[in-house]
Amino acid sequence: MNNLFVYLEIEEGVVADVSLELLTKGRSLASQLDCKLEVIAAGSAADLEKIGEQVFPYGVDLLHLFKDDRLSPYTTLPHTSILAELFQKEQPQICLMGATIIGRDLGPRVSSLLGSGLTADCTSLEIGDHEDKKAGKIYKNLLYQIRPAFGGNIVAWIINPDCRPQMATVREGVMKKEIFDPYYKGETIEHDVADFVKEEDFVVNIIDRHIEKSKVNIKNSPIIVSGGYGVGSKENFQLLYQLANVLGAEVGASRAAVDAGFVEHERQVGQTGITVRPKLYIACGIS
Amino acid sequence: MTFNIIVLAKQVPDTRNVGKDAMKADGTVNRAALPAIFNPEDLNAMEQALDIKDRFPGSKITVLTMGPGRAAEILREGLFRGADDGILLTDRAFAGADTLATSYALSMAIRKIGKFDIIISGRQAIDGDTAQVGPQVAEKLGIPQITYAENIEKIKGRKITVKRRLENGVEVVECPLPVVITVNGTARACRPRNAKLLLKYKHAKTVTERQTENIDYIDIYNSRPYLNLTEWSVEDVEADKVQCGLSGSPTKVKKIENVVFQAKESRQLTDDDVDIEELMKELIDSHTIG
Repeated sequence: MNNLFVYLEIEEGVVADVSLELLTKGRSLASQLDCKLEVIAAGSAADLEKIGEQVFPYGVDLLHLFKDDRLSPYTTLPHTSILAELFQKEQPQICLMGATIIGRDLGPRVSSLLGSGLTADCTSLEIGDHEDKKAGKIYKNLLYQIRPAFGGNIVAWIINPDCRPQMATVREGVMKKEIFDPYYKGETIEHDVADFVKEEDFVVNIIDRHIEKSKVNIKNSPIIVSGGYGVGSKENFQLLYQLANVLGAEVGASRAAVDAGFVEHERQVGQTGITVRPKLYIACGIS
Repeated sequence: MTFNIIVLAKQVPDTRNVGKDAMKADGTVNRAALPAIFNPEDLNAMEQALDIKDRFPGSKITVLTMGPGRAAEILREGLFRGADDGILLTDRAFAGADTLATSYALSMAIRKIGKFDIIISGRQAIDGDTAQVGPQVAEKLGIPQITYAENIEKIKGRKITVKRRLENGVEVVECPLPVVITVNGTARACRPRNAKLLLKYKHAKTVTERQTENIDYIDIYNSRPYLNLTEWSVEDVEADKVQCGLSGSPTKVKKIENVVFQAKESRQLTDDDVDIEELMKELIDSHTIG
């Protein structure tokens, strides 16, 4: 009871990087709180075949499996029912998910159903106390959900004093994934999906789906040549591409340059884009 | 076939154009210097709504916004672009709402409107970037949601087909009505204001605006009902005050820090060839380049 849960995103049997990054963060928070780290994997039998071996080395204590071929690819309602039902039984204190299209679709729906608070796109998560002077109450071990707001011009520290679980989403690349213990062994529970999901949850049909591997790999690039609004135009960005080509680098961009339409969004770097850790970062026209 | 469409729109400070005056020397935001605008992705949603109206003439678009009195500006902007009606949800009791309290209030207003087939909004607002209100409104109304929509492909009978933009691709989904749809910034831009509609609705006002601006002309407002913008309070939508505003918000702001950007571990070089040469050597020696 009152453990820390992470929702796993799975595409073709592989756990997404963002979920593994959250396992590393989740493991360290769970140890700090002296609670267990539990994860939820929902999908087709084929997708779930090798989840345990992928996640246990990150220090997962309990893996909840929900196998039903209709659960892959992801649709909102059945996954919402699974989380909401499971959370009502297990009463987790914290739930983390990726600030991806799936996490940002699922998180708010679950939080609304449970009446719990959710903070989107956190850049840092910490455990700490909070004193509500007005009510004369001290809250121990809350999750500080730290995120940029107002277009990245301020950073807000958000807390959920009274409602559980405390829910947060985090973007890919913000946390660092690290194997906790290669021989770590957690337990697995397979649930009966019919106890969680109603037939009418399957009203949305996916009739076509094209997934392409992203051509831009800015997250793992050791060198990034980034341009801002000061570059001036889409044409001028060609200079950056030329330089990047010579250096074996990727081209990045600031929010202003993306908003101005100079560059596509998948190259956006920073608090509202992709978090990067290059060895060399060359900034052009960024103030 | 006609549809009742509700566009959820928000008036936001234009955080994209944070100019020199917008940030004070101590790093705090000077809100007065930021213009209030129609949230950009809500305009993409507006265009999708207008497109449905083009395809199914006789469909009705209602713009619903929650905010202070000045947010009535958003309703006029919607009317100038082709909406049929505007409702401002405004009350002190709504102040300080997080996304959950906001979606509760909006869902109560939508219940009061009563007839709806499609509720459509932008994916997220540029002041909070949370993308939470759309899905939460859908959950409160107990209807499905389609987020990250790029285009409404077709509506046939009571089924809608929508193209979604995912991180690495696209997905086409089919869903029964009623539904909540949130629209991505990659969707078509909204058509401009229509000159005729601008003239028609220029003086459309809420009762509060007419009172504070001392606008008389009672006869005109009586004879042209479309000039009266609807204004609803907590009582009007029969909302539970405890679930609104600050008291209805599970998340609380513990503190706000102003971001003062500073360079760490940086070095300044001159544009002299020697400096650049040395930097290049250093980068090659450390195997950063090459």
